[in-house]
Amino acid sequence: MITLKINGKKISVGESSTVLDAARRLDIPIPTLCHHPELSPFGGCRLCLVEIKGHPRPVASCSTLAREGMDVITSSTRLEQLRKTTLELLLSDHPQDCMVCERAGDCTLQELAYFYGIRENRFTGAQRPRGKRDDNPFISRDMEKCILCGQCVRVCDEVQGVGAIDFAYRGMTTKITPAFERDLDCEFCGQCVAVCPTGALSGKMWARKGRQNFDEVDTVCPYCGCGCTITLHVRRNAVVRVSSRIDTFHEGCLCAKGRFGYGFIQSPDRLTRPLIRIAPKDNSHFSHDHINQSLRSFLKGPRGGTADSSVNPQASALFKEVSWEEALDYAGSRLKEIEERYGPDCIGGLSSARCTNEENYLFQKFMRAVIGTNNVDHCARY
Amino acid sequence: MNREIIIKVCTGTSGVASGGEEVLATFRNIIASAGLEASSAERCSAEQSGCRGFCKKDVIVDVIINGEKTTYMHVKPDMAPKIFEEHIMRGVPVAEWITDREYHEFRDKQTKVVLSACGEIDQEDIHAYRSIGGYEATHKAVLSMTPEEIISVVRQSNLRGRGGGGFPTGLKWELCSRFISDTKYVICNGNESDPGAFMDTSIMEGNPHSVIEGMIICAKAIGSNQGYIYTKAEYALTVRRLQKAIRQCYEMGFLGKNIFGSECNFDLRVFQGAGAFVCGEATALMRSIEGKRGMPSSKMWRTAESGLWNRPTVLNNVETFANIPKIIANGAKWFRNLGTERSGGTKVFSLSGRVKNTGLIEVPMGTTLREIIFDIGGGIEGGKIFKGVHIGGPTGGCIPAELLDTEVDYESLAQAGSMMGSGGMVVLDEGNCIVDTAKFFVSISQAESCGKCTPCRIGTKRMLEILERITNGSGRDGDSALLEELGQHIRATSLCGLGMTAPNPVLSTLRYFRDEYEQHISKKRCPAAVCRALITYAILGDICTGCGACKRVCPADAIRGTKKKPHHIDAGICIKCGTCFDVCKFKAVTKS
Repeated sequence: MITLKINGKKISVGESSTVLDAARRLDIPIPTLCHHPELSPFGGCRLCLVEIKGHPRPVASCSTLAREGMDVITSSTRLEQLRKTTLELLLSDHPQDCMVCERAGDCTLQELAYFYGIRENRFTGAQRPRGKRDDNPFISRDMEKCILCGQCVRVCDEVQGVGAIDFAYRGMTTKITPAFERDLDCEFCGQCVAVCPTGALSGKMWARKGRQNFDEVDTVCPYCGCGCTITLHVRRNAVVRVSSRIDTFHEGCLCAKGRFGYGFIQSPDRLTRPLIRIAPKDNSHFSHDHINQSLRSFLKGPRGGTADSSVNPQASALFKEVSWEEALDYAGSRLKEIEERYGPDCIGGLSSARCTNEENYLFQKFMRAVIGTNNVDHCARY
Repeated sequence: MNREIIIKVCTGTSGVASGGEEVLATFRNIIASAGLEASSAERCSAEQSGCRGFCKKDVIVDVIINGEKTTYMHVKPDMAPKIFEEHIMRGVPVAEWITDREYHEFRDKQTKVVLSACGEIDQEDIHAYRSIGGYEATHKAVLSMTPEEIISVVRQSNLRGRGGGGFPTGLKWELCSRFISDTKYVICNGNESDPGAFMDTSIMEGNPHSVIEGMIICAKAIGSNQGYIYTKAEYALTVRRLQKAIRQCYEMGFLGKNIFGSECNFDLRVFQGAGAFVCGEATALMRSIEGKRGMPSSKMWRTAESGLWNRPTVLNNVETFANIPKIIANGAKWFRNLGTERSGGTKVFSLSGRVKNTGLIEVPMGTTLREIIFDIGGGIEGGKIFKGVHIGGPTGGCIPAELLDTEVDYESLAQAGSMMGSGGMVVLDEGNCIVDTAKFFVSISQAESCGKCTPCRIGTKRMLEILERITNGSGRDGDSALLEELGQHIRATSLCGLGMTAPNPVLSTLRYFRDEYEQHISKKRCPAAVCRALITYAILGDICTGCGACKRVCPADAIRGTKKKPHHIDAGICIKCGTCFDVCKFKAVTKS
């Protein structure tokens, strides 16, 4: 353990802790823009500068290891002036369009500018021109707002292991870009969107859907058995955006489906009540060709609005909408009938990766103990 | 009488650029076609040699007959037959082409240690290098010295990092030697990028073996078995010569397994960087070798502990390594006595700008700037007045005339607001605008900033913009104070050495030439008459003969007047290109 002093308070931290870690343990605020607790230290934004007794110049606390006996000062007139000037420089190369920015109110840069009261900027000059060029459906990349903190680059490389983006060029022309300035074509996990401290990266799906008066509802992602904790941003009973908190077991990381795949919630094509098939079994509607065609039109998506009437439950002649009681009674009686007539091994059960572990456990238990067969399988196996 | 004739042609960086290779080929052709050796049993050879430093006089050719040397300058291929005919065949040197007093003054006032073999031997021949004692120091260090003894000699020599930082080399090696690791790296930083600086390039091209020797000795001292020489892919000649030298070393058993039959193993290869200025910074250089983007990173650990691929690493500059064999061979005391109390040995500078003798010079630490510029450099060209000297590359600082007696070493230059840096020296005279010069250097720093940290990326851009508006005549009150504050801010908050030193050209000139800034800002005047927006051209009526030369060349048709009567310039149309000023034979055109 290493013992050091920050603003006169003593603290003991582990061997590889940084000065910033130690200060955060003491709940001493130090502004940062490029720091992320789960990513390697970067030291680019230069806001976390602190004074250490015996050091000739301020050092970046995010990338300075705590050493025994260090005497650290995190705030002084000089340090605050340095931070303010750094912020002025950042803002001199940043569009002043918070009024229409998606991230207003949730932007670290804006918050710091607010705290340091930067209304007038002594530094004005050329800003980086950044043409928007991204045809992907998920991530909006407004690189004029990028402050080059490098968090997106690091999360993509170090956490996601993809490395889709990196720094390119030098000086004021430095920018974050996919290789050869192509369009972004990655996994679209959106980890970069989650860590971006400004409005440079945001989700296209929640653009212009509002910035205030959201209810945040924590829930579990329904897509797979991982069970990531997600937070739904709900406004007027509609899910506008999905995020995930950093204190979850998966540290706020989600996949493309979890982060962007919430469109089904409000889809008019979503099944909300049980259906019972009413058409006879040998109906020609159920030829392979027909099913494929129906599926294709269904998969065109809810926004396409051209879902085939044969699979649209409300208008279908093939299905009948029933209550849960009726549906369960029907399923139960048919299973019983089949089991009695053909034996339990004539029944097989397929469960889903989108169910929880508990649900899948119950399902296999049901198949084995109630139906009496080992014919149980799961979509994640193939 | 049998004579031994050697013709040495400079094929250093500048020698090659001036046509050295063609001169060499011409001499070889003449020798071959004259059949000299066959007819008179004389031995005659033409060989190349490295840079001798006096690049202004290139191509430099030595004709050595039985050990007696005559040096020719500005040799072109068509001069070769005459030199051959008169000097070699008839024994009468061609007096008009022989080097002048300047050449000897330039040469004789220097103390050559790392450059001693440059220009004297064929740099591509390991045997030539061995004939002047090459690889004896390595032999001694590898076979009869312990790592502790080597480190102790280097420490006692007072050798400090020649890349500009001035960190004691022996201490660096000692720190690294303490760490235990299966792999340690020795890296030679040859990413020389300052405009006008070519010290390291000249050493790598003029005597590559001295660098390799230094690296092998370092490897033995710290227990390393793998080394890299990092240079730029653009330096094709450097890369070729280094690779050739390394190949020769492997053939001779000086590199590879069991060097000189000892237990020491050391592999060395050249790494060709993509040419970024910032890759001269140690951590950026290492990231570049690792295949990542060359961006400096915070030094959470010293590179001696965790450098390239997180292994203990010693990174030294080319010149630092080239000094090592001399120190091992001649002893620490000899080297220490060459320099000052705080820094031993000599330093190579590349002298350029408005000085008479431009080129590469080597002087002991502690030599004054006056000796360098006026004795070796021959003073200011054209009899103009010395204004200042910019030392240390684009991130260095400017030292004014009143500090000409400053002795060059790390501390005194830093105290004067400049720095040793790579050792580039650009001499400025009264015709140089100080704001314009500062703007030029800041534009380099801005263009070469890696973009990682805010103050360097945006701060230098804002600084450049303020300088641009000052030189454009739109400077505002308080601009010099704003520049000063911004400069101090960038210096205090930047991540790496490039950012920290980037404001030096501005801060040092604000310190010594503030009045010139103020004249630009408040009086909209450029005293040196350089900033185009602030100067006006006029014709002196009493001198103008009305010859019409200016009128004919003026691209904007701004000059009015009838023949043989004084002309005048229409300031509203004049685009201030300066063509009339250059073309007037009577000096009737003035700019102010």
